[in-house]
Amino acid sequence: MSEFQQLEHSSSDVTKDGLRGVRPDRDAPTGVATGRPGRLRTRQRDGAPTVPDAKFTSYYGMPVINSPVWSSPDIPGYLFLGGLAGAASLLGAGAQATGRPALERVSKGGAFGAGVLSLVGLVHDLGRPSRFLHMLRMFKITSPMSVGSWLLSGYLPATGIAAASSLTGRAPKIGTMATAASALLGPAVASYTAALISDTAVPAWHDGYPEMPFVFVGSAAAAASGLGLLAAPLVDSGPARAMAMFGVGTELVSFQLMERRIGITAEPYSRGRGGAYVRAGKILSLLGLAGALLGRRSRGGSALSGAALLASSAATRWGIFHAGKQSANDPKYTVIPQRERIESRR
Amino acid sequence: MAPVDITIRRRPDLDGSLLGDTDPATQGGYPGHPPRMGFFTDTSVCIGCKACEVACKEWNAIPEDGLVFTGMSMDNSQGLGASTWRHVAFIEQRKPLAAQDPGVQPGGDFRWLMASDVCKHCTHAACLDVCPTGSLFRTEFGTVVVQEDICNGCGYCIPACPYGVIDQRKEDGRAWKCTLCYDRLSVGQEPACAKSCPTNSIQFGPLDELRERADARLAQLHEAGTTDAQLYGRDPNDGVGGDGAFFLLLDAPEVYGLPPDPVVTTRDLPSMWKHVAAAAVTLVGGALAAFAAERWIS
Repeated sequence: MSEFQQLEHSSSDVTKDGLRGVRPDRDAPTGVATGRPGRLRTRQRDGAPTVPDAKFTSYYGMPVINSPVWSSPDIPGYLFLGGLAGAASLLGAGAQATGRPALERVSKGGAFGAGVLSLVGLVHDLGRPSRFLHMLRMFKITSPMSVGSWLLSGYLPATGIAAASSLTGRAPKIGTMATAASALLGPAVASYTAALISDTAVPAWHDGYPEMPFVFVGSAAAAASGLGLLAAPLVDSGPARAMAMFGVGTELVSFQLMERRIGITAEPYSRGRGGAYVRAGKILSLLGLAGALLGRRSRGGSALSGAALLASSAATRWGIFHAGKQSANDPKYTVIPQRERIESRR
Repeated sequence: MAPVDITIRRRPDLDGSLLGDTDPATQGGYPGHPPRMGFFTDTSVCIGCKACEVACKEWNAIPEDGLVFTGMSMDNSQGLGASTWRHVAFIEQRKPLAAQDPGVQPGGDFRWLMASDVCKHCTHAACLDVCPTGSLFRTEFGTVVVQEDICNGCGYCIPACPYGVIDQRKEDGRAWKCTLCYDRLSVGQEPACAKSCPTNSIQFGPLDELRERADARLAQLHEAGTTDAQLYGRDPNDGVGGDGAFFLLLDAPEVYGLPPDPVVTTRDLPSMWKHVAAAAVTLVGGALAAFAAERWIS
């Protein structure tokens, strides 16, 4: 029966064949597999198929967990600057011990500057910045943010005194003590942020918790070495060059191990915005390292490679930040691994 | 200034107390506490009236949070959040109706699932564990509540929750969630949602009693042939040590937007700290090596 004939017989919307004018695409039952094949079937650029189509069920494609409300640039910037500061404190202490005054000044000043900026980012990201001091109401080992707040309240004053003494040449004894404290707390400042993001239900962050601290200290060392190469003269920048090797190597190897081990929740690290940042970070770190080793006789080449290393560390942090959000916003990264866990227990 | 966090004094064995079947109120510092209270939400009798959503909003004076038409069946509140503490899910399925529905012939090819979701008040609550200010605390009833005069809006609890319950109220900056009507409980009243539920889908009471009731209801449904029926959050040995608010579902949890196997993230925190410590030592080693190897490089 044609549409025209139907109209002749009745003006009602209800016909023998069902409702007239109802769009067929409204017919979307849930409770059946609602995985989005278009996104799942993407291939790697070399054409090799990735994970086979995974079927999973969700509630209208809505995320299961609530995505972090932390915002960019505050929090990825904090991860980057905290790492830079922590590793630069070590470089500064080493430079003082081995008599490299220019590298010492650059690293100590950089550590304090980055530390203060990172704190600004942290406070700015709070929903109630005026209540920042509530962070120090208690100390909780179960909350990496609490641990970090106390760490920073010890680290920043020490780093500030170390930097001031080194830049002005005053109170060298106090400065040395502060340098030691700063070098002691620096590695903790650079690494605890991995626990901070991993101690969440965000799949890409939580699943990567064993390797994440090593990615972070690697990235931190790369950033600090980058600062040394960028701002210290050639005569002093040898240790920064060596540190770049350690940093880039540690970061790339642990990132690779993490991605390989965690399976499907590693996808966001190579896709979308997070993936783009992570890729940029890897490329920049290799370029920076190559420049640091090859350009050791050129001030300009060293500065350029230092800038690349700093940028690589920032890109990696931004990539990890966005990949985490991506993994929180797609229910498949929550549902599929949990389903697999249930199946494997059977 | 509040005293040093009770979780440190009362949890000498971090590994042990972050897992398993424990009494949260005792662990939280209430030796002679009332019985642990909770919800049993039996979704098999939910009619999707949303009285719970409305009663919750009214009693707790929760602001309006968006009037949108989503097209997701009858669900326009979409999920739990800072200003939605009860959320009724609606799922339309190409599945036969359950046999126990009175007056409706089974054998059709359509069924409608409705379920009122709420904060689970976990035995091992990730939101509470990660809160740096102590704003989130454990009540004497074993429930988890945010102190809004303490919360500084750091947002850590939000991605920590494995269920996507707690969220930040944008215009306010702080984190909000179900309090299991702490104010009403304190004066012997039941929570507003349970009070308003016309079918007793939301049942409130001591958790032990609710678990018994749920077991009986599950047996009844299985006997009637509804074999898909399952309890969710009932098991004290699951990844969060059991929920203070648990559910009877008629399909897999993820159909309702619930995680199928939630785990409190702090279960892995002892291991995380060990890895952080190892990485920090690695960084020191790397720096020492850099100064030692410097001559070789230059």
